[in-house]
Amino acid sequence: MFSPGELITALLLLSAIVVFAAGTLALLRLPDPLCRLHALTKIDNLGFGLLAAGLALIQPTWIDGLKLLAIWTLILCSSTTNGYLIAHHCVWESRR
Amino acid sequence: MMLWWVVDLTLCALMIALAAGSLFAATLRRRVIFFIAFGLLTAIVWARLQAPDLALAEAAIGAGLTGALLLAALPTAQPTEHKRDADRLIEWVSLLLAALLAVVLIAVLTTLLPVVDGDPSLAVTARLSDAGVSHPVTAVLLNFRAWDTLLELAVLLCATIGVLNLAPARKAPRHAGALADTLIRILLPLLILTAGYLLWNGAFAPGGAFQAGAVLAAATVVLHLGGGVRLPPFSLAQLRGLLALGLLLFLSVGLVQLAFGQALLQYPLAWAGSLILLIETGATLSIATMLSLVYLGGHPLRDWPVAGDSRDREI
Amino acid sequence: MEQAQLMFAATGALIFVFGLVAGLRDDSLLGRIIAINISGVGLFLLLVALAYRGLCQAADPIPHALVLTGIVVAVAASGLAIAIGRKLDELRNSSHRREGDSS
Repeated sequence: MFSPGELITALLLLSAIVVFAAGTLALLRLPDPLCRLHALTKIDNLGFGLLAAGLALIQPTWIDGLKLLAIWTLILCSSTTNGYLIAHHCVWESRR
Repeated sequence: MMLWWVVDLTLCALMIALAAGSLFAATLRRRVIFFIAFGLLTAIVWARLQAPDLALAEAAIGAGLTGALLLAALPTAQPTEHKRDADRLIEWVSLLLAALLAVVLIAVLTTLLPVVDGDPSLAVTARLSDAGVSHPVTAVLLNFRAWDTLLELAVLLCATIGVLNLAPARKAPRHAGALADTLIRILLPLLILTAGYLLWNGAFAPGGAFQAGAVLAAATVVLHLGGGVRLPPFSLAQLRGLLALGLLLFLSVGLVQLAFGQALLQYPLAWAGSLILLIETGATLSIATMLSLVYLGGHPLRDWPVAGDSRDREI
Repeated sequence: MEQAQLMFAATGALIFVFGLVAGLRDDSLLGRIIAINISGVGLFLLLVALAYRGLCQAADPIPHALVLTGIVVAVAASGLAIAIGRKLDELRNSSHRREGDSS
């Protein structure tokens, strides 16, 4: 019925959804900015990573899958930089 | 089908809720944050409505750059004006007029549908083989309606010149530490690569000069926020050259066509693809410079020419 | 398909009117800039909804090109408005200070 590749994709996408849902809940419920930032970067890194991996497996050509993984790399770098800049600003503001 | 109905309803309700939040939230800071969320949701809606070009541009410009611009403008925008006692009558009349306008607009919309039966973009797709590029939006922007894009670049240039002459650039925020410098040094080449990819992709897939320029401008925002890594210094002439490059390339390509006895901006068929790529490259650099300067809120140079002392003139 | 088109177009019209009214009634300059931007997005949504042709068909590219231009012009106009606002604040503050010095 389903090929093993499709099953793995479904599994990866489902776990991505779980990470996104948990991260969104944490973003709404956690008490202070640094904790919420932690939740946000987890969504970016792990949630999007699972999503990209799952989608990369069902691309018709391998180069499209590679492109998805390249996008994930870009997101890793940008979310790290943004997270650090925001966290730095938070710490500085709380010390003031 | 049922599933899409639910998705559409959720998207529309969220759009209205976030718009209301960014219009009526208590403090300006909250309104700006609601606005950024609204921009990101808009990008998703563009993707839903089969407009990937707009989704890219909205995520980079509508949510990213405008959001950064508004956030940076927040501290200076102290509540200088005191709240007026709004006239009750005028308030009610304006609300009534607005409700009337909304009802009329929606009523007109219902008469418009269905817009066209069958394949609507027939006029564009039928001539797409003459355009030099295979992506319809790029073909419209740079070939079929190149006049619009040319004049839009001129409008952008005017706005940027206005910003440049009003004030010096905002001061960079505090240096965010050595780790931020390292991270930015990794991120920056990736952003430039992404911009180049979007520019190249524009010929046959969603992307193009506006999106690429916006990504480069985002690189400037990151540099400005990090405060540590700096671009090599520009001279005034270089800055002027970068600002004018897109418009000049566009105009000169058009005028050369005129000299060969064709219409303005009518590209020869064999060269159309390369000419469009050339114009788009110039436009990307100019748009990136303009958007960066608009974000910085003024001229970044110390030797900016000032005509007379502004203090004397204002009295 | 037509229902989705109408729904998004009506949402766009509502957001446009909301933004317009809020922009006219707002007190602060930055609030007005936000409101005008929202109103613009409402209008874009209306145009893009009219360009939409269903899930499996390509949309009309001409409104897309117009809206793309509009997004870029909107950010430039907002930047210019914010710069003018900064200059106005600066002039107001300096004239206040001068009045304070002379009295």
